Amino acid sequence: MADSVSSEEVAVISNTDITSTESENNIINTMVERGTALLRKLEINVAEAEKRTGKNTVNMQETYTVYLIEIRPAETEGGTPAAPDTLWRRYSEFELLRTYLLVTYPYIIIPPLPEKRAEFVWHKLSADNLDPDFVERRRVGLENFLLRVASHPVLSNDKIFFLFLTEEKGWRDAVLETGFQDKADSRLKSLSAMFRVKNPDKRFTALKQYSDELNSVISQLLRIRARVADRLYGVYKVHGNYGRVFSEWSAIEKEMGDGLQSAGHHMDTYAASIDDILEEEEHFADQLKEYLFYTDAVRSVCRKHELIQYELEMAAQDLAQKKQQKEELATGTMRIFSLKGMTSKLFGQESPEQKESRLAALEQSIQEGEETVKEKNTECQEFVRAAWDDIEHFKEQKDKDLREALISYAIMQISMCKKGIQVWSNAKECFSKM
Amino acid sequence: MSVSAPRGLASSGQKPITEILHPLSAAEEPLSPGPDVTVSGGRDKEVGLTNGTPVETPSPASASVLFNRLQLDDDLDSDGRDPYADTETHDLFVTVDDPKKHVSTMETYITYRVSTKTTRIEFDLPEYSVRRRYQDFDWLRTKLEDSQPTHLIPPLPEKFVMKGVVDRFSEEFVETRMKALDKFLKRVADHPVLSFNPHLNAFLSAKDLNKRQGLALLSKVGESVKNVAGGYKLRVRPPEFCAMGEYLDTFNQKLGTIDRIAQRILKEQSEYLTELREYGTVYASWAGSEEELQRPLEGVAGCVTTCCGALEDMSENMGQDFLPVLREYILYIESMKNVLRKRDQSQAEYEGRLEAAVLRKQEDRTPIPAEVEKCQDKMECFNADLKADWERWQSNKRQDFKQLLTGMADKNVTHYEKCQAAWESLITLLQDKQTEDKTSCKSLWEMRQ
Repeated sequence: MADSVSSEEVAVISNTDITSTESENNIINTMVERGTALLRKLEINVAEAEKRTGKNTVNMQETYTVYLIEIRPAETEGGTPAAPDTLWRRYSEFELLRTYLLVTYPYIIIPPLPEKRAEFVWHKLSADNLDPDFVERRRVGLENFLLRVASHPVLSNDKIFFLFLTEEKGWRDAVLETGFQDKADSRLKSLSAMFRVKNPDKRFTALKQYSDELNSVISQLLRIRARVADRLYGVYKVHGNYGRVFSEWSAIEKEMGDGLQSAGHHMDTYAASIDDILEEEEHFADQLKEYLFYTDAVRSVCRKHELIQYELEMAAQDLAQKKQQKEELATGTMRIFSLKGMTSKLFGQESPEQKESRLAALEQSIQEGEETVKEKNTECQEFVRAAWDDIEHFKEQKDKDLREALISYAIMQISMCKKGIQVWSNAKECFSKM
Repeated sequence: MSVSAPRGLASSGQKPITEILHPLSAAEEPLSPGPDVTVSGGRDKEVGLTNGTPVETPSPASASVLFNRLQLDDDLDSDGRDPYADTETHDLFVTVDDPKKHVSTMETYITYRVSTKTTRIEFDLPEYSVRRRYQDFDWLRTKLEDSQPTHLIPPLPEKFVMKGVVDRFSEEFVETRMKALDKFLKRVADHPVLSFNPHLNAFLSAKDLNKRQGLALLSKVGESVKNVAGGYKLRVRPPEFCAMGEYLDTFNQKLGTIDRIAQRILKEQSEYLTELREYGTVYASWAGSEEELQRPLEGVAGCVTTCCGALEDMSENMGQDFLPVLREYILYIESMKNVLRKRDQSQAEYEGRLEAAVLRKQEDRTPIPAEVEKCQDKMECFNADLKADWERWQSNKRQDFKQLLTGMADKNVTHYEKCQAAWESLITLLQDKQTEDKTSCKSLWEMRQ
């Protein structure tokens, strides 16, 4: 587990569109979480997307999109940006990376990937994976994913992550070599298993509940937002009809004609403006979606903890049982039912040698049991400590990100209002000249 | 297209009658130059048909006479001022307000207060205040139509409302109807000819509007115009009236479309509003499970609610002010088409009679009977009145629609301004909190900068 060490390391993670002044400011202002030794002075971005065709695993032609990842050292003051190292990755490779991280760092809330298929769409928005707007939004989502991993105090140090960014060809083998697949299967099993923890950690219970609530409310919000978008689209578009009828009407008028005609043009502008407005709002939806998917990651950390806790409880329970058995064996009483006890009752007492050997075996077992409990305990404590570190970090990040998302949403609304005022004021002027 | 009659002089007042397009001007028979319409008084007594005014009352009958009485001021701008603005007397002011519900064993209905202020000598008192119900307005309009068939009578709001569908006693309905009645009465009062109609006088001043008797005499005269013209077929409608007809048809169509669009927008807005309200509540409920984010989320919920309110206001407005005016004009157009038809009939009658008279003259030298001349006068007065009213109507229409559409645009601007203000105050709230926060944790946005 990465330990906090104060350092003056700076990693600049930015967009290619940045100006030199902005990037200079970034270097001064941006201080990343301590421990990101790997990403010292590295810029990452997902620059482009391209369509490829190739044969898939069942030897059929398929079209898919690949994304260009660019890595370049961060700018030093006064230096010129070096040419980036680049490689291409497709979505499924991102998925593989993420699965690896999930399995390897079960106590970390792993940043989510953008959605595989478009959901919560309002009717005009394409649900087609090859649609350029969808691809663009996905590009941004993938970049966000890489940025989040690269700035994470623990995840950024992962070697496989580093190879993902640097080794186009050999990466897949490297991942598989880690043997994470086996852990992946068992993890999936454990996540879906039903078991009850006797003494659940209150903090984790509260966190899971919060995460479920957040998931539910964001899903609701996204669904309704899509409906709202649909309706608003209708309102704007119907106004386009005014454009046509005013134009037709102006043909039979003398003095009123010009005013009507120009007002009609403004109505057309108004109707057309909704397309851009709603396209921009998708950005807000994407920000919400990221946190919707984050709740899944939070949930799995909670579940993992439950599993560990459960195993600890099971081990403790098992140990207690064995101790009980030993005591009974030693004192000859049988409080707990055991097959050995029954058989000895039925078939007569065993010989002292048998008893001795059984005691010794039990003793051994108890020793092992104590070791197991100790291990499990440590594992649990370590998990809890590391997880809570990350959870606190996540909470802060979530509050900041969502606050900013709300601000940018409000800004979008203001911009929409301004456009509306502009168009209708123009129309009003035309009408007043009628 | 509007008729290109000269502004402000759209009646036959200024031109000798022969210069005005004559349907049979190609005919050899030079008809008598026509009435000398610059002289008042006696002439009108014969042509009393055109407006139904009985001889007894001193009030002027036709627009032509009125112009002369009022010393036409030749202030005819081309910037679109109402050509009648300076010829209006501004001595009759009417208002409709104060709706009250009356419940009797037989029926329940609404009355409105009709207040009048006037300096006209045709009225006994300078002020009146009476109560009238829709039926009374309807009566008035019918009487005006009958007694002034050559003029465009402004429309009333719709008479029939489906009992189950519309609440006749709801505040909005009553308010909308009252505004329309007020407009109707004002238009009549502003009209240089209609405002002198004795039925209007009775409507405004009589304590009890006895609708059956008393004014029966007047209606008889008006009837003659309606009945006589039947049975004749019009051959050619003069171009300026054709143009009017075409304009009315197209305009009617466009208004219908605009009405449909406006209704559709209201419907879409209503559905949008429903979703938006629910959207706001989700933010509010989310706020409940957050700590740091509670206030921002509540802020967003508040903004959404404010926007909902603003939208509701605007929609209500459109329903109450915009749509009724549109519908009123559609009704207006209908009544105008009727007047055009009546004009056609009067022309048809004249032409028919003239033809018959000419034939007879050719056969046995019977002179053209005086009644043919009367028909011609009737028709020409009709044409003149209609043209005058057309100009006036065009001008009013322009003002009305300018006001209507500017109002609509204005309401939209106000709506967006309200929303913008709400979101801007939220940003202030959100960003204040931000500057307090100085943890080392970086947000995604910060990482990307």
